[in-house]
Amino acid sequence: MTFKNLMSWPSVLGAAMALLLSSSVAQAATVDETVNEIFASSTGWFVSLIFSSFPGTSFPWIVGWLVVAATVFTLYFMFIQFRGFSHAIALVKGDYSDPNDAGEVSHFQALATALSGTVGLGNIAGVAVAVGIGGPGATFWMILAGLMGMASKFTECTLGVKYRNEYANGTVSGGPMYYLTKGFAERGIPGGKILAVLFAIFCILGALGGGNMFQANQAHQQISGIVGEYPGWITGIVFAGVVFAVIVGGLKSIASVTEKVVPFMGIMYVAAALIILLVNYDKIGWAIGQIFEGAFTGLGVAGGFVGALIQGFKRAAFSNEAGVGSAAIAHSAVRTKEPITEGLVSLLEPLIDTVVICTMTALVIIITGQMMTDPATGNYIVEDGMIATVGGVSGVGLTSAAFGSAISWFPYVLALAVVLFAFSTMISWSYYGLKAWTYLFGEGKGKEIAFKVIFCVFVVIGAAANLGPVIDFSDAAIFAMAVVNIIGLYFLMPIVKRELDSYLSRLQSGEIKKFK
Amino acid sequence: MANVLVVGFDPSSAGERAVDFAMDLAKLSGSAVIIVHVLEWSPYSFLTPEEIEERHARRKEELSRAKESIIDPLVKKLSAGGISVETSIRYGHVAETLGAVAEEAGASQIIIGRTGGPGIASRLFGSVAGALAQSSPVPCTIVP
Repeated sequence: MTFKNLMSWPSVLGAAMALLLSSSVAQAATVDETVNEIFASSTGWFVSLIFSSFPGTSFPWIVGWLVVAATVFTLYFMFIQFRGFSHAIALVKGDYSDPNDAGEVSHFQALATALSGTVGLGNIAGVAVAVGIGGPGATFWMILAGLMGMASKFTECTLGVKYRNEYANGTVSGGPMYYLTKGFAERGIPGGKILAVLFAIFCILGALGGGNMFQANQAHQQISGIVGEYPGWITGIVFAGVVFAVIVGGLKSIASVTEKVVPFMGIMYVAAALIILLVNYDKIGWAIGQIFEGAFTGLGVAGGFVGALIQGFKRAAFSNEAGVGSAAIAHSAVRTKEPITEGLVSLLEPLIDTVVICTMTALVIIITGQMMTDPATGNYIVEDGMIATVGGVSGVGLTSAAFGSAISWFPYVLALAVVLFAFSTMISWSYYGLKAWTYLFGEGKGKEIAFKVIFCVFVVIGAAANLGPVIDFSDAAIFAMAVVNIIGLYFLMPIVKRELDSYLSRLQSGEIKKFK
Repeated sequence: MANVLVVGFDPSSAGERAVDFAMDLAKLSGSAVIIVHVLEWSPYSFLTPEEIEERHARRKEELSRAKESIIDPLVKKLSAGGISVETSIRYGHVAETLGAVAEEAGASQIIIGRTGGPGIASRLFGSVAGALAQSSPVPCTIVP
């Protein structure tokens, strides 16, 4: 953390005062600008703390943290992402589901719901950011991070189910807060409660950041890109209204419509990407070459191969949330006798999210030639730390331009997809945030409403602020969750190992029956 | 082993006709009757995180509601007259579930009531009777 950032707190007050006085004094500053200023200055210190580099390098320690964790889990569970893959598919297909349990949440439903929380802007905007800064090579590191992240996800989701709270009325609450407390107590390790509280705090921030403001922000960019520029707070208020209707008003119909449309949007997105790849089949070899070459040389992109690696890992983690702990909250609500089965099912998430969908986006951006190269050297042209693009766009805009260059009307579909993805991600994260909130403050109608109202306020802030500060804060909050969660996972992984060994031996002996 | 008849029942006149028919048939042939009420459910539908959390509680509610308001009144009304009548409430696709119950019980036939005419809805989406005719593992009687 830099001294300058520590000093920025007083400016928060200053900015708040400015907002209060804005009606009389600051006519020049629009609402958007003011919101942005307050936001950037009040979150800067947190962002720099999370993203500070190892001394003497430009390598953020948090990226190293995630990579090491994913590697440790991959090795500790002896490549469970490959060993357990076919069994995971069988579980999702329902081959091991007891027909007498029909009517309970199936593995497929748990996976689909968890996916609709993670598949979204990370896959569309995040990848564009990664490739736009880190070059094509970022894709390689993203895929690698996705593959290894499968093991992290497996570990956390197994624990989420194992240590959830079950209440008399049949509902359940689970997630890192619960396994940190109960799991640590079971192993006789102190400090579980402190970690759980820290996790819950970061989870609330993550829910408000990446699960909310980033989504609102990108949704606004999409809409204004089509209908023309207009102030972000207008989008914010409309979005906040709809989110409010769903999470406070209990308007299930909107949520269930979204839940049904989102998967089709996801399929359509992948289909469109495949069509573009097929049409440009002659360039696929070249694009893959760029990805591999860039991964190790950086292709002249600022930061070289380290830059590509950092961007790849960052965006992968942000997209599939492996190690972050959010998925553990989503999966823990599933009714199953075997926690391992949920862990195995959840390891498919990073695969679908990152290895398949993110790679599609990256390939489309690379193949459609959105990023400008210097004809003399063949290297990418870098301006202000970003690769110059044909339309001077970044984030969703870059993805949209890439798809639009091949299928002219696709940006409209993409805009709709972004808005819907943003919305479904918000709904999922409002749930994760709420679980963290009730863990801290206890269950109760009034307390729940308070969180939900705060959540809606942040929708407006997110839509009004600029992308830069929002994306920084979103990343920082979500990675802060990973810091706490992964410490817990290290201590609790022997428990998962025991569960896994027991499950696999019973599967081998035929004690766990196949029903189909 | 006694002959078993599986009846698909829902609270409608068609459902009642099917049960009446099955009871008459059971009396004549000395068969046992299993009355099945199926709650439509697909393991491949999409749920929100909150729906997932509440699912187990909802399922319990749905099962007890189906028992109290659908199965219990029916059983009370039936004059069994020495016929063995079992009831079952299941989740799933109606036709598939009736077929599965029939197979489990070694039933000799499935009896259901016909609900609608050849309307546009059943043309588009198919009917239980149609699906059962195609997929039933045992002979199937559709009571008009």
